[in-house]
Amino acid sequence: MSTVVTGLGIVAPNGLGVEAYWAATLAGESGLARIGRFDPSGYSASVAGEVTIDPGEYLPNRILPQTDRMTRLALIAAEEALTDAGADPGELPEYAAGVVTAASAGGFEFGQKELEALWSRGGRYVSAYQSFAWFYPVNTGQISIRHAMRGPGGALVAEQAGGLDAIAKARRHVEEGTGLMVAGGVDGSLSPWSWICLIRSGTLSTATDPGRAYLPFDVDARGQVPGEGGALLVLESGDAARRDPYGTLAGYAATFDPPPGPGVEPGLRRAIVQALDRARVDPSDVDVVFADASGVGSADLAEARALATVFGPRGVPVTAPKTMTGRLAGGGAPLDVATALLGMRDGVIPPTAHVDRPAHGDLIDLVTGAPRERALGTALVVARGHGGFNSAMVVRRN
Amino acid sequence: MAEFQIDDLVRALRECAGVDESVDLSGDILDSSFEELGYDSLALFNTVSWIERERGRDLGDDVVTEARTPRMLLALINKD
Repeated sequence: MSTVVTGLGIVAPNGLGVEAYWAATLAGESGLARIGRFDPSGYSASVAGEVTIDPGEYLPNRILPQTDRMTRLALIAAEEALTDAGADPGELPEYAAGVVTAASAGGFEFGQKELEALWSRGGRYVSAYQSFAWFYPVNTGQISIRHAMRGPGGALVAEQAGGLDAIAKARRHVEEGTGLMVAGGVDGSLSPWSWICLIRSGTLSTATDPGRAYLPFDVDARGQVPGEGGALLVLESGDAARRDPYGTLAGYAATFDPPPGPGVEPGLRRAIVQALDRARVDPSDVDVVFADASGVGSADLAEARALATVFGPRGVPVTAPKTMTGRLAGGGAPLDVATALLGMRDGVIPPTAHVDRPAHGDLIDLVTGAPRERALGTALVVARGHGGFNSAMVVRRN
Repeated sequence: MAEFQIDDLVRALRECAGVDESVDLSGDILDSSFEELGYDSLALFNTVSWIERERGRDLGDDVVTEARTPRMLLALINKD
């Protein structure tokens, strides 16, 4: 029994909603800019992928005092995904629909505001909603409450890889009989507190030009640019889907890196090989790869090598549309899955923006400059999470 | 201290818990239950904390469960 994707919801720095995001992505329009949410001068890094909308214009007022920004964005995406699928979980049996999301930091911005209240004014000034608004599974909980989805629920925390892990977990629930799942991630925390934590990771680009800050697989690669947003998908069983699906989740695998050392290979290639194997797909049948695209030179090289080993040198087109959104933590890989499905629908590979001097042209065929038109039947999405997580997912056109 | 009025309570609810779009807080809500007005216990807890800070007076933890309507809550807040 196959699990298919019947709905998409997207909130991204370069577009709100599926079609706005997709049009911007094909046009190569980037959402990266100097941070406007707070004054980034004084920090070593200053560029991010911010979503610039006011979520209050899209959500019930009662939700606002109890939610972090990333939860508000997640609720907007969940509503779009369910509408797109033509699904109203409230009309389904009580436990027939569930939610699994990925998170990386929880509601950091909300937490910072309450810590400020605690230390400057005292404990009596801390919001009661701090009890859950910061919490990693809060997006799952709020989506579940708002749409009456009382079936299986969960949250996966594996930084960028967690987005694929969440979709895979939801897929298992569909295979086990849950009628409908909302899965993916909308993540990100662009507040001074979280910014300091991100800078401490040592992976952030210090470039000030938004067009030159995040250059994965480029000779000038100088680190990553974080962003906020992501995608949520509606998953249903292939034989019960309520609309013509975008595609099928064909295979998935996750691995963990061994302790690094001379001659020790990271776990990324194993994840890719296992995902293809489980999807019963030969590497030669893969039409496009959505790369993790770290932006850190050594990690880019490791990914290029893993792809060249599996597919052969320049054996498959590779792209990284996340160059237009920044790395969205738990939201990044679900957005890549959604983007892959849109690419299949329209027969086009969106480009990797800003990269004009590919560093690993002998290993990978990176799609740069303009979209590449091509019928797409099978796509591979690759994601790595800080600390050694690797995940890979194969999606197929129906 | 000036009596805490229904307008003050509506202001506090708006600030601390937001407003359900299907509810008109400017109408006659004194005897509506907080549940009917769209407020759960956490929303009320947050609002009561705010009022306690504003009034500089501890109302006790039970007030959230005891006061089921705005009229009952106002009575507890204004009690000597």
